[in-house]
Amino acid sequence: MNAQIQQIPQNEYYPDVLLDALAKDAPQPGAAVLAGPVSRRGFLKASAVAGGGLVVGFSLLGGSEEARAGAPGGFGAPAPLRPDAYVKIGTDGKVTIYSKNPEIGQGIKTALPQVIAEELDVKWADVIVEQAPINAALYPSQFAGGSMSVPIAYQSMRQAGAAARQMLIAAAAQEWGVPASEITTSEGVVTHAASRRSMSYGQLATKAAAMPVPAANELKFKDPKDYKIVGQRITGVDNLKLVTGQPLFGVDVQLPGMKVAVYEKCPAFGGKVASANLDEIRRLPGVVDAFILEGDGNPASLMPGVAIVADNTWAAFSARKKLKVTWDESTASKDSWTAFSAQAKEAAKAPGAQELRKSGDVESALASAARKVEAFYTFGFVSHQPLEPQNTTAWYKKDPAGDKLEIWAPVQIPDGARTSAARVVGVAAENAVLHQTRVGGGFGRRLMNEYTVEAAAISKQAGGIPVKLMWTREDDMTHDFYRVGGFHNFRAGLDANGKLVAWDGHVISFSDGFATPVTVGGGGGGGRGPAGPRAVQGGGWPSATEFPAEYTPNYRLTQTLYPLKVPCGPYRAPGSNTAAFVVQCFLHEVAVASGRRHDEFLIDVFSQKQAAPAAGPGGFGGGMGGGLLPERAIATIKEVVKRSNYGNPPPGRHHGLSFHFSHQGHFAEVAEVSVDAQKQIKVHKVWVVGDIGSPIINPSAAENQVQGSVVDAVSSLSQEINIENGRVKEQNFDTYKLARMPVTPEVDVYFMPTNYNPTGVGEPAYPPAVPAILNAVYAATGHRIRTLPVTREGYSVV
Amino acid sequence: MAKVKLNVNGVDHDVEVADDQPLLWVLRDELKLVGTKFGCGMAQCGACTVHLNGSPIRSCITPATAVAGQKITTIEGLAQGGALTAVQKAWIEHDVAQCGYCQSGQIMSATALLRQNPNPSDAEIDAYMQGNICRCGTYLRIRAAIKSAAKALAGSAS
Repeated sequence: MNAQIQQIPQNEYYPDVLLDALAKDAPQPGAAVLAGPVSRRGFLKASAVAGGGLVVGFSLLGGSEEARAGAPGGFGAPAPLRPDAYVKIGTDGKVTIYSKNPEIGQGIKTALPQVIAEELDVKWADVIVEQAPINAALYPSQFAGGSMSVPIAYQSMRQAGAAARQMLIAAAAQEWGVPASEITTSEGVVTHAASRRSMSYGQLATKAAAMPVPAANELKFKDPKDYKIVGQRITGVDNLKLVTGQPLFGVDVQLPGMKVAVYEKCPAFGGKVASANLDEIRRLPGVVDAFILEGDGNPASLMPGVAIVADNTWAAFSARKKLKVTWDESTASKDSWTAFSAQAKEAAKAPGAQELRKSGDVESALASAARKVEAFYTFGFVSHQPLEPQNTTAWYKKDPAGDKLEIWAPVQIPDGARTSAARVVGVAAENAVLHQTRVGGGFGRRLMNEYTVEAAAISKQAGGIPVKLMWTREDDMTHDFYRVGGFHNFRAGLDANGKLVAWDGHVISFSDGFATPVTVGGGGGGGRGPAGPRAVQGGGWPSATEFPAEYTPNYRLTQTLYPLKVPCGPYRAPGSNTAAFVVQCFLHEVAVASGRRHDEFLIDVFSQKQAAPAAGPGGFGGGMGGGLLPERAIATIKEVVKRSNYGNPPPGRHHGLSFHFSHQGHFAEVAEVSVDAQKQIKVHKVWVVGDIGSPIINPSAAENQVQGSVVDAVSSLSQEINIENGRVKEQNFDTYKLARMPVTPEVDVYFMPTNYNPTGVGEPAYPPAVPAILNAVYAATGHRIRTLPVTREGYSVV
Repeated sequence: MAKVKLNVNGVDHDVEVADDQPLLWVLRDELKLVGTKFGCGMAQCGACTVHLNGSPIRSCITPATAVAGQKITTIEGLAQGGALTAVQKAWIEHDVAQCGYCQSGQIMSATALLRQNPNPSDAEIDAYMQGNICRCGTYLRIRAAIKSAAKALAGSAS
């Protein structure tokens, strides 16, 4: 395991697929820093073509080793500082900023360029933002996941902007023969006040390109009080294209001669094709070809199936309706949620055999506790369902000099998709290119790349023609990497003063039952912990230090895992989205038993931090943040109590509180609900207080993420994927319900003005919302909902 | 197969389509108007919403043969002579989109709503817009943008 990865705070969970993506960024010993598929010359040349005029990029080639070593690319990685990869200034003054990470709706395509533009000191109106090419040599950590883009890239984006600005100043200093220290910049203009001279960035661009890149310790950053772009509610850079329907997404890709493919896999996970009526399918109108792919048996790569290639989408869809496949289900999943649920209830009667963490003596503490609380929680499977169905356009090109692969895809880990697809079709990685499209929703679904692999394999088998693979909604719902369902049994003890003294948790989850475990780039299971079986991706427990492990004198966490042959994967705030539900609802049960107000009880628990963990890493500059800090947690709880007037709801309404830390974000939330006699839950309002450090790069986008997280939580109350006989029952949005406008609550968003490094907000607002709502339902009804979806307990959401 | 004349955004197109081919796939695959999106294929999500003679329809379940000769408007046809409509402007100002995939359908529904009801209440907006799913959950902003557009339209009319 790479050294930098060990620096991830222990009380945080990141899917292995992201850890693997990060590991790739670590410079290999002896590797040339600037080596890669696109040389600097190539990049600048490409820039010139794209710019349509005389353009000059900045270069680091004259830069010092210190500059390279001192530029943290996240996790302390000594990524090379390449201002030219991010900023292009034409002699016409046009400023192009390249945004490196996939845009999946989190607003990163706007946010990262804001940081660069701020330190570069240009007018936002003069900036053109372009999606950066996918190029691991130029752009470290080029992925969207784990709410990590901002914490990893914030400092390096500042450096890129500041370095470019200082090179412009150096060019002016040389031009005018004055000290650089006397030169100022403002909105794209360099000025020497004493001699009343000024030049535009465009006029200086050529000269500036020849200046040495300043070392990291020579970089001067703006005082945050002078920010004009960072912290502003700048609207998304693709908004105009979106509201006028211009092509942006993967499904919008059109190539000359392109065909459209569909791919049918066995409805029972892991099944193989025995036979299919291929001859009949090939004779249907518009069908170009139909064939079976054997696959490699890895759900994250290429499972067996039948491909139909047609002239257009409707011809492909229509032919598929006539497709008759005989499946060989001898090795397929037979999993049943009903059966698992019965097993889990039995297993919950005793602690699990595998111990994940133990401190103090839980059994004695429970035996002597003044009050004891025990509860069993259940959550079903859910599906990501981004609105853009999975798709990829791939073009396998036969070439005597080595076959090539070109891909257009909506993916969260583009370089992983590129290399996975190349490997499966036998193309050398350096001969494979991926064009990142805008992504119509991620939520973790597109951390997996099997649809890209499928498209590449179909293009190759079809004889090397460009093929757009189109999944239907039904494909998406029946072949997801699901947020795994699971169970959790709790016992807790309180002393005579109502203090939490004992906590015993038993996670009942699943391990990967596939012959080839579900992986992307070699990753494994979910919750990391002691040796033994590991939970499926996105399942299990976030980490052995998950709250309240470090806040309870007598604590035990055990697990029981059943083998599962349903593909599972990271889902928005993986691990946390279920941990927050079970922990924060159960903690409320314990608070109620203590006879104390929930907020006071919660703050009391956060105030009894036990001995520091053995491997506690603390924060590291410009990096990922310092993990769960009780003072930050308590401050957010107090703030949300104040803002919501917690405990004093209007007549007929009821409040519920919750806190959860994930992805370096501390979030406290209060929900206001009413419940009628028909057990209909109405969520009226949710107050969200988050501490994600400062600055909030783009408050509009950040608030949008929080508002969406609350709506996502309301969706979660009703959603369930039912698995029986190894296959999924739900097929489309008629049976798998997403929240619609009428159930949307009012959302009050407040970010604590703290001075910690800024961290991400795509995920951490989501986990606490569900328990806040359910704690409010308890306040309204006196009934404790311990099952998701709530429909399983006779409730509905209106 | 059938030959049909489709009037899309004021332009006539002669296309040859399968008898049951939904309008959505004629727009996207034949006319290369890809702003109209495929979400579910069964009129559940509204991503494919277009206007037929000014009223919203789900193009994913509407055969092209059924709308021959009638006036079809897609997201690409809203802005006239490069001037955005009040709804489009409000969508930008309120920074509504997250991933943005559903938003052309949302905008088509919102545009039709305001034509029919120039000053809708929250409840009326909710009722009208509930056929359009936004997986990112941008409903609060959609509602705000509709109200803002209603105000702008009222201002320009007076």
